[in-house]
Amino acid sequence: MKRHLLSAADLDRDEAELVLSTAAEMRALADRPIKKLPALRGRTVVNLFFEDSTRTRISFEAAAKRLSADVINFAAKGSSLSKGESLKDTALTLEAMGADAVVIRHHASGAPHRLAHSGWVRSSVVNAGDGTHEHPTQALLDAFTLWRHLGDSRPGGLEGRRIAIVGDVLHSRVARSNALLLRTLGAEVTLVAPPTLLPVGIDSWPVETSYDLDGVLPKADAVMMLRVQRERMSGGFFPTAREYSRRYGLDGRRMATLQDHTIVMHPGPMVRGMEITAEVADSDRSVIVEQVTNGVAVRMAVLYLLLSGSQDESDEGSTEDEE
Amino acid sequence: MASADTDNTADHVVVDTASHVVVDDRAIARALTRISHEILERNSDAHELVLLGIPRRGVPLARRIAAKIAEVESYDVPVGALDTTMYRDDLRRGPVRSLMHTEIPPGGVDDKIVVLVDDVLFSGRTIRAALDALTEIGRPAAVQLAVLIDRGHRELPIRADFVGKNVPTALAERVTVHLAELDDEDAVRILRAGSAHTEGEGAR
Repeated sequence: MKRHLLSAADLDRDEAELVLSTAAEMRALADRPIKKLPALRGRTVVNLFFEDSTRTRISFEAAAKRLSADVINFAAKGSSLSKGESLKDTALTLEAMGADAVVIRHHASGAPHRLAHSGWVRSSVVNAGDGTHEHPTQALLDAFTLWRHLGDSRPGGLEGRRIAIVGDVLHSRVARSNALLLRTLGAEVTLVAPPTLLPVGIDSWPVETSYDLDGVLPKADAVMMLRVQRERMSGGFFPTAREYSRRYGLDGRRMATLQDHTIVMHPGPMVRGMEITAEVADSDRSVIVEQVTNGVAVRMAVLYLLLSGSQDESDEGSTEDEE
Repeated sequence: MASADTDNTADHVVVDTASHVVVDDRAIARALTRISHEILERNSDAHELVLLGIPRRGVPLARRIAAKIAEVESYDVPVGALDTTMYRDDLRRGPVRSLMHTEIPPGGVDDKIVVLVDDVLFSGRTIRAALDALTEIGRPAAVQLAVLIDRGHRELPIRADFVGKNVPTALAERVTVHLAELDDEDAVRILRAGSAHTEGEGAR
């Protein structure tokens, strides 16, 4: 892998599948009595969260701790970040503390890129969600979940699989990262949303788009529902919540039109009754809870692949030629 | 870790010119038969045994030994794989290493006699890593070590309980083990100095 993970587009097919196969080994760890590996002992991972996030931060924290790294949590609230410190000064502080990796969540799209390429820090930078731009580890955990269910955990297992991503694509960094990564892995992605919730320039994405959920569902191998991010909305993207759920929500009636093997995913947090009903979220098709488990394994894989080798040579890519 | 020749083409060229086979397929088969019997002699109850191969080439060796034990005892000894990558002491040197598959048999290793199986015993560092990895999986009653080749040059106080063949080597030489399951042939070769990789060769 490269030194940073900023975008799902940073990964080519081999690298993405290396993350997935590494995650598969990491996941097996959850079944052992001692859920800890010594691989990153003595390394420091800083979770730098400028935006609220419970599950992503906890997931990264669990991942780093299971690999024996030291974890420092740096949240915006109650720290110097809320006192007006700039990203640069924060970065210099982290550098002075000797962080080996910085996991950053920021409300501004591009902040992780800035941190990685500014020369402020020497550590690896992992994008844990920036604005409405990208969230690559979420895409990796979604791909890992799909790969386990639809791809038999084999290389190339997602080739030709049809994935529908439904809902607020406009504000979703998850949708963008997923579209890029799933395409890299050979899957066919269809984005389903009202016209107002598809971003400008969507025609340059490697995906199909549709406004008609009922037409897409019977063909899909997996359906990924997105949360409607009302906190990012100012203005009328759709008339009412009720109308939105009737046209783009996944309920029991729509679930009945899915193929037998089709799984339902949601990156969380869910708004039950809005984009997904409780009946669907709690059904056998739902892998939403498993996604959380897989999130820890995938983040362990990412941290392992970014940090375990020597810093000088970690750009070389590697691995296959050595046992 | 496991062994040896790690498939880059340059090495294969060298194989043709500057190496010779020190153990052929029949000698490998005989060595494994003998190891299997020695394991049974040492451990009277085969039902206590668990064989754990160290990837990559320890795993097919463990399976072959289990098959030979099954012929004698009519009992299938559980076989698994134990990856040592994350327990290596040189993880931070060189590029990132990809993980191999670890598979612990359903019965676990607690109170069992675990026989670790690897292709080449060299510095002993892989075995040290394997012992660490094993500690976190369970508490065996005893741990023993079976290797196809002992090439000497130990850097740690570790020895094998069952050795297929002692092959004296110079430090600069490489020992490569090929097994039919992974490499389409059974053969152990020594590669002369000059073609030597310094790192990761012939089983650490």
